[in-house]
Amino acid sequence: MPKRTDIKKILIIGSGPIIISQACEFDYSGTQAVKALKEEGYEVVLINSNPATIMTDPELADRTYIEPITPEMVAKIIAKERPDALLPTLGGQTGLNTAIKVAELGVLEQFGVELLGANIDVIRKAEGREEFRDAMHKIGLKVPQSTIVHTIAEARAAVAEIGFPIIVRPSFTLGGTGGGVAYNSHELEELATVGLDLSLNSEVMLEKSLLGWKEYELEVMRDKNDNVVIICSIENMDAMGVHTGDSITVAPAQTLTDREYQAMRDASIAIMREIGVETGGSNVQFAVNPADGELMVIEMNPRVSRSSALASKATGFPIAKIAAKLAVGYTLDEIRNDITRETYASFEPSIDYCVVKIPRWTFEKFPEADDFLTTSMKSVGETMAIGRTFKEAFQKGMRSLEIGCMGFGGDPKYNLEEMDDIDLKAGLGRPSSQRVFQLYEASRRGMSVAEIYQITAIDPWFLNHLRELVATEASIKERGFAGLDRDFLYKVKQQGFADRQLAFLTRTSEEDIRELRDNTGVKAVYKLVDTCAAEFEAYTPYFYSTYEVEDESRVSDRRKVMILGSGPNRIGQGIEFDYCCVHASFALKELGIESIMVNSNPETVSTDYDTSDKLYFEPLTREDVLNIIEKEKPEGVIVQFGGQTPLNLAVPLANAGVPILGTSPDSIDRAEDRKRFQQLLQKLGLKQPANGTAMAGDEALRIAAEIGYPVVVRPSYVLGGRAMRIIYNANDLKNYMAKVFTVSAEHPVLIDKFLKDAVEVDVDAICDGEITVLGGIMEHIEEAGIHSGDSACVLPPHHLLPAMLEEIRLATEAMALELKVKGLMNVQYAIKDNILYILEVNPRASRTVPFVSKATGVPLAKLATKVMMGHKLVDLGFSKQVIPKHHAVKEAVFPFNRFDNVDTLLGPEMKSTGEVMGIDDSFGLAFAKSQFAAGQPIPSGGTVLISVRHPDKPAIVPVAAKLIQLGFNIMATHGTATVLAENNITCTTINKVSEGRPHLVDKIRDHQIQWIINTSMGTRTTEDSYIIRRSALDYHLPYTTTVAGAIAMVEAMAAIRERPLEVKPVQDYY
Amino acid sequence: MKALIALEDGTLFEGESFTGPGEIAGELVFNTAMSGYQEVLTDPSYKGQIVTMTYPLIGNYGVNPEDMESTAIQVEAFLVKEYNAIPSNFRATGTLADFLKDGGKLGVQGIDTRALTRHIRQAGAMKCVVSTQDLDPHSLVAKAKAWQGLVGHDMVKAVSCREAYGWDGQAPRNGTNFTTAAPGDYRVVAIDCGLKYNQLRLLAARGCKVQVVPATATAEEILAMHPDGIFLTNGPGDPAGVPYVVETVQRLLGKQPIFGICLGHQILGLAFGGKTFKLKFGHRGSNQPVKDLTTGRIEITSQNHGFCVDMDSLNQDEVELTHVNINDNSVEGMRHKKWPIFSVQYHPEHAPGPHDAEYLFDRFVEMMKKAVGCSGLGV
Repeated sequence: MPKRTDIKKILIIGSGPIIISQACEFDYSGTQAVKALKEEGYEVVLINSNPATIMTDPELADRTYIEPITPEMVAKIIAKERPDALLPTLGGQTGLNTAIKVAELGVLEQFGVELLGANIDVIRKAEGREEFRDAMHKIGLKVPQSTIVHTIAEARAAVAEIGFPIIVRPSFTLGGTGGGVAYNSHELEELATVGLDLSLNSEVMLEKSLLGWKEYELEVMRDKNDNVVIICSIENMDAMGVHTGDSITVAPAQTLTDREYQAMRDASIAIMREIGVETGGSNVQFAVNPADGELMVIEMNPRVSRSSALASKATGFPIAKIAAKLAVGYTLDEIRNDITRETYASFEPSIDYCVVKIPRWTFEKFPEADDFLTTSMKSVGETMAIGRTFKEAFQKGMRSLEIGCMGFGGDPKYNLEEMDDIDLKAGLGRPSSQRVFQLYEASRRGMSVAEIYQITAIDPWFLNHLRELVATEASIKERGFAGLDRDFLYKVKQQGFADRQLAFLTRTSEEDIRELRDNTGVKAVYKLVDTCAAEFEAYTPYFYSTYEVEDESRVSDRRKVMILGSGPNRIGQGIEFDYCCVHASFALKELGIESIMVNSNPETVSTDYDTSDKLYFEPLTREDVLNIIEKEKPEGVIVQFGGQTPLNLAVPLANAGVPILGTSPDSIDRAEDRKRFQQLLQKLGLKQPANGTAMAGDEALRIAAEIGYPVVVRPSYVLGGRAMRIIYNANDLKNYMAKVFTVSAEHPVLIDKFLKDAVEVDVDAICDGEITVLGGIMEHIEEAGIHSGDSACVLPPHHLLPAMLEEIRLATEAMALELKVKGLMNVQYAIKDNILYILEVNPRASRTVPFVSKATGVPLAKLATKVMMGHKLVDLGFSKQVIPKHHAVKEAVFPFNRFDNVDTLLGPEMKSTGEVMGIDDSFGLAFAKSQFAAGQPIPSGGTVLISVRHPDKPAIVPVAAKLIQLGFNIMATHGTATVLAENNITCTTINKVSEGRPHLVDKIRDHQIQWIINTSMGTRTTEDSYIIRRSALDYHLPYTTTVAGAIAMVEAMAAIRERPLEVKPVQDYY
Repeated sequence: MKALIALEDGTLFEGESFTGPGEIAGELVFNTAMSGYQEVLTDPSYKGQIVTMTYPLIGNYGVNPEDMESTAIQVEAFLVKEYNAIPSNFRATGTLADFLKDGGKLGVQGIDTRALTRHIRQAGAMKCVVSTQDLDPHSLVAKAKAWQGLVGHDMVKAVSCREAYGWDGQAPRNGTNFTTAAPGDYRVVAIDCGLKYNQLRLLAARGCKVQVVPATATAEEILAMHPDGIFLTNGPGDPAGVPYVVETVQRLLGKQPIFGICLGHQILGLAFGGKTFKLKFGHRGSNQPVKDLTTGRIEITSQNHGFCVDMDSLNQDEVELTHVNINDNSVEGMRHKKWPIFSVQYHPEHAPGPHDAEYLFDRFVEMMKKAVGCSGLGV
C-alpha cells in the first residue's frame, strides 16, 4: 500500500540537549526521519532546542523551531502550524514524554493531530511498569517479580516479600535516572525517595534483582500489516546489574543457540503485538539465567533508542529512516534496502563480522563521584568497532575510546601490576569504568576464567577471548621484534593488536612495526558492511578494516578528501564537532569532491552511510588513519572539524607526508605553543594576561609568584578545560602540580593571571588567507573563570560598546592573517577595565560553530570547508559579518543529577554535556527560553533564597530589589540578609544548615522556595554552600551560582511578564 | 594443521583444520544464518555439500543432544572464519570440534569466509575439495573438477532411512504402519528424502501420528497404511536425480492431502509435470523474506535449497503460485487448485531459523481435518 495522502504536515519532536543517556543518536534518528518524510513530500515541522544538531539545520525541515521542548511550547507550535500528525517516537524519552503531556493537555484532540507510530495507550502500556507487567503475563512471558509502590511505606512492605538485593526503577524516566540496586533498607529508602520524586507519575517499581543473569537486547520493527522483523540482537558483556548504556556490548548475540535465540525472537514479536506498537522500531531487553536459560523480559522501549542507533550502524539497516516511512503507511516490503538496491526492508540483516560497543565515561571530571556502575547510566559517550572476530573488534574498540590505551593490554597506561590481589578482586566484583583494565590484570596474573566468572558474572565466552588476548600478548613479548615473522604478525593483527602495542611489547617504535608490516605485506584490508553477509551485491560504501585475504575497498579516481571525525562523545568534545564534520562532508559534495569520513562513534550523523561518499568505521589513531590514507590516497585530510582528536593526529599525519588541508599544523602549533603565541601577540601589539609555562612544580610556583595569585592553570593541548583550575595560593598550586604531572608528563602546564570579574567573549571567524569574516561575537553571561563550554552566552553581545566590538574584530582579523588561517578560527577574549585580553586562539572549528550558525543563519562550517578547498569568501558570498537583530542565547546543560556527591558549582573545567539555544527578539526573552530549554523553568512567583559570598553582596542588592518589584519574597542567609536589610530590602532570614534547624534545606524540602541564588568561592569552600546547591539539584529547583546569571534571570523574568513566550521558526529569523 | 580448499575454477583458500586430517569433495555453498550451526550440520539436505558459515565466530555454544536434526552430521566439511573452542551455554554437552571429529568430518578455520562467499555469489556454487593431506593446488583443483557434482545425481539414497520408522514423540523408532508412532488424530506418512526431525516434532505437536517410510516406498505401500495425509520431506541434491520418488508422488496425487517441503516441493513440481532448475548459488540462511500471496503477510524464513521450481513450466489452470521470495521473486510455494496439495520451497520447520512459517503445518492439519471421513478424495 502506498503512503498516506490524508496527512500533509507532520510534527517531529527532537530530544533536546545532549545529556547522559540521550546523546547524538537522536540527532541521527531525527535527521533520518526528517529526510525520509521530506523525500515522501510531507511538510515537516520540527522542534528541538539543541542548536548543535544537524536536524535543526534550516534547510532540512520546512519549519524548524529551536524552542524549549516543553508541552506548552509544543502546544503553541501545534496551534500555529496545525500539523496533521505528530511523530513522537524519534526524539528519545524526551520526545515521548513530551508527546504524552501534550496529549494530556488535550491539545492533540483540540487540533485534530494524530499520533503516528505509537499512540498514547501504547506508550502507557510499554512505559507504565504495572501495565507492562500485566501485558507480559497475558502473553505468557515472565518478568522479574516486582511490585509497584507509590510511597516509602509500600516500598518497605514490598521488600519484605521480594528480598534484597532489590532494584528500584522509577517509571517514565530515561537512562534509568533515579534507579539503582538496594542491598539494605537504608539504601532502599534513599533510592525510593529519589525515585518517587523523579518519576513522572510518582511511581516506582521494586524488582527482584537478576544480578548475574545474562542481558540481551533485540531491535524490532513492525509495519502496519503486522509484519515484524528483528534487525539486530545484542549481547551485553556485563551481566545484569549494569545499565545497558554502561555495558560493553556485542552484536550479534554470541552465546545463544538458535533455539534460545528464536525463543527470544518469538517473545519480542509477541511483545510488539501485545503492546500494540503500530509501526516503527522498538527495543526489547531480556535477561537469561545462565544456569538454565530461563528467560525474563526486562523492558521494552516503544521508540527508536540508543540501541537502535547502535543496531543501525552495526548492521547497515537504517532503523530511524525506515521507522519514519512505516509511520506514514508504507510496509516493509515496499521500502527498498538502499545498500543492496535489489532487496527490501522486509528481511533480517545478517552480519558477517563482530561488533563491539564500549562506553566512554568521564568520572575524571567528577572526582567526588563514585566510579561505580549500576542501573543508572553514567557514560557520556560510546564507541563502536567492527572486526571479523570478537578479539579484533574488542581491541579496536578499546583504542577507539581515545583514553590513551591502544587495546587490551600491551600498553604502559592503565598498568595495574601494583594492585594487590584483594583490591583487584574487589574491583572485579564492583563494576566500574576501570573494570576492563582489572579484567586484563586478572587474566595476566593467571586468574582462571572460572574464578573471574565467579566474581564478575561476565560470560566465560568473553573471558576466554580476553584470556587468549593476554596469551597472545605474552607470546609477542617472548618472541620480541625478531620473532615477528609474517605468519605470526598476520595472526596478531587479526586479533586486533595495534602497531603501538606491538612496539611497546617488543621495545621498538610504531614506525618499526609499520615498516615490518610493509615489508612482509601484512596490510589491512577493507570489508563492506552490507546487511546481508555478502549474499547480495552492496552499493553503499561503508567499510571496516581487518586482516584477511580479500580487500573490497573501491578506490575511485575522483578528487577526494578525507574528514577525520571526533570519536566517542565526551565532555568537551561532542555533537558540535560531529555537526562540523557533517557540514564538511556536505560542502565537499556541493563542490563535487568525494568525501571520505572516518569515525568511530555509532551515535552520530557522520557515521550514517549516506552522509559521505564513503564511510570508514575505524578508530581514529595514527595507524588506522594512515592505513586508510594509503588505500584511498586523498588529496588532503581535514583535521580542523573533529575537535582535539583529529587535531592531535595532524602532526603525526603531516610527518608521514599526508597533506593537511586548511590551516597548517605549524600554524596550529603557533597558536598552541605559549612562546610562539606570545611572540605573535607582541608582533601584533595585542595583550594577554600575564602568564608563563612550567615544566615542573618549582617553576610553576616561581611563575605564579611573579604573576600574582589568583592564577588559572591547565595542561597544554587539552580540550574542555580538562584539569583546569583557578588557584588562589601557593599551597594549592603545589598540590595541583603534583597531581597533574602524573596525568600527563609530556605536556607542560600553562599558568595565566586570572582576570577576576572580567567579561569573556568568544569569537568564531573564517579566514581565506585574504580576508577574515567574523561569524559571530558571543558575550558570556557568567563572569570570567567559568569554562566557555559551561557558560551561557549571548549573540550579539548586549553589553559591549561598538568601539570594543570593533577592537575585537580588528584583533581577530590580525591574528587570523598572521596565523595564515585557512578555515575556521575561534578566539577567546576577556575584557577587564575596558582592556581587551586574548585568552586563547584555536585555529579550528570550535564548540560554538553550530550555535553561531543557527543564530545567524550562516553555515560557517560549510563555508570554511570551501575555503579550505581554495575558494574565496568573496566568491562564496560571505564577505561581511551577519549581525542579527534578534538575540540568541546558548545555555549549557549539566549531568550533575547522575552523580552523587558532586558539586554543581561551575569552574574552569568543563562539565556540561550539552547545550540549548533560546532565540527571540530581546535578550530577556531569549534568555528565558534558554532556561526553559535547559530544564530550568523560570518561576513566576514565590520565594527566592539568596545566599551569596561576601564580594558578591553589593551586586546582589539590585537583583533582590528587582525581585521584590516582580512580586517575589526574599529569604536570605544571615550575612546576605544583613546587607539586604541595610539596603532596605525586606527579607526573611533563614539558617544555614550548620546554624541549626529549621534551616534552608527544610524549606527546600517543604517546597517553600522557588529559586535559589547561591555563589561561593572557587571550589567547595564551605559544606553549607554545597548542601544548598545539591538540595536545589535533588529537588529540581532552579538555581543560579553566579551574580551575572542571577541578573540575567531577573531580566528574563521581567521580559516574560511583559510578553509571554511565543514560538517562531528559525527560517523566519534569517 | 594446514588445510587447502580448492575450487573447480582454480580458486584456492587456505585454512587450518581444527578436527585433524582429512580430504573430501563436495559442492561448496554458504549459509548466512548467524546461529544454528548444529542444525545446519545435521540437516540431510546438505549431503554432498561443503558448507561455509558467513557468520565468523562458530562453536560459541558447543553442541547438545536436543539440536540434532538427524542422527548424524550430514555436511561433508565445515569451513569457518574462527572456531571458538570453549563453548558457553547451559545446554552444551560437548564441543563442535569433537562433534565433527566423532562424525569423521573436517572442520577448517582461519578462512576469509566473506571472500569465499563473495566468490560463490559471483561465480555460483561449485565443486570443491578440502584437504589437509594433499596440499598441492594443481592436484586438488583437478580432484575438484573430477568430482561428480550434484546435478542429476541421486543424493537421497544416502540419507533416506533404510527402514521405516514411527516418530515416538521424541525420537525415531523402527517399525511400520504406525506401530511405533506416538498416538495422534491424523495418520501422516512422511516419505523420507532426508527429513529434519523438527518436521516430525511439529507434526506430532499438532496431533499427527507420524510414520516415516524410505524414499523408495511405493505409492501402493503408502496407501496401504491408510494415511490421512502424505508429507514430502526436504532432502539433498537435484530433484531430477530421484525420478522414482516423482513417480510415487504422481500416483499419490489426488488420493490424500499432500504437504511438501523443499525437495518435496520440487518433487511435487516435477510430479505436476513441471520442470526444475538449478539456482546460481541458492538460498541458505535464516533471513529470507517470503510473501504469502493469499494473505499478503511476510514471513522471515529458513531456507536451504539450490534448485527451484520453474512456475512457467506448470499448467497454471491446475497449479497456482502461493508464495514468492521478496528478494528475487523466486517461487517459494504453490498449491494445486483442485486437490488439497500444497508445498513450499523453504523450511517452515525452521531449526535453525525463525518460527514465522509454522502455520503451514496447521494448514496441513486443517486439510486433513476436512478430508477425514471421506474415503480418499474420490479421484
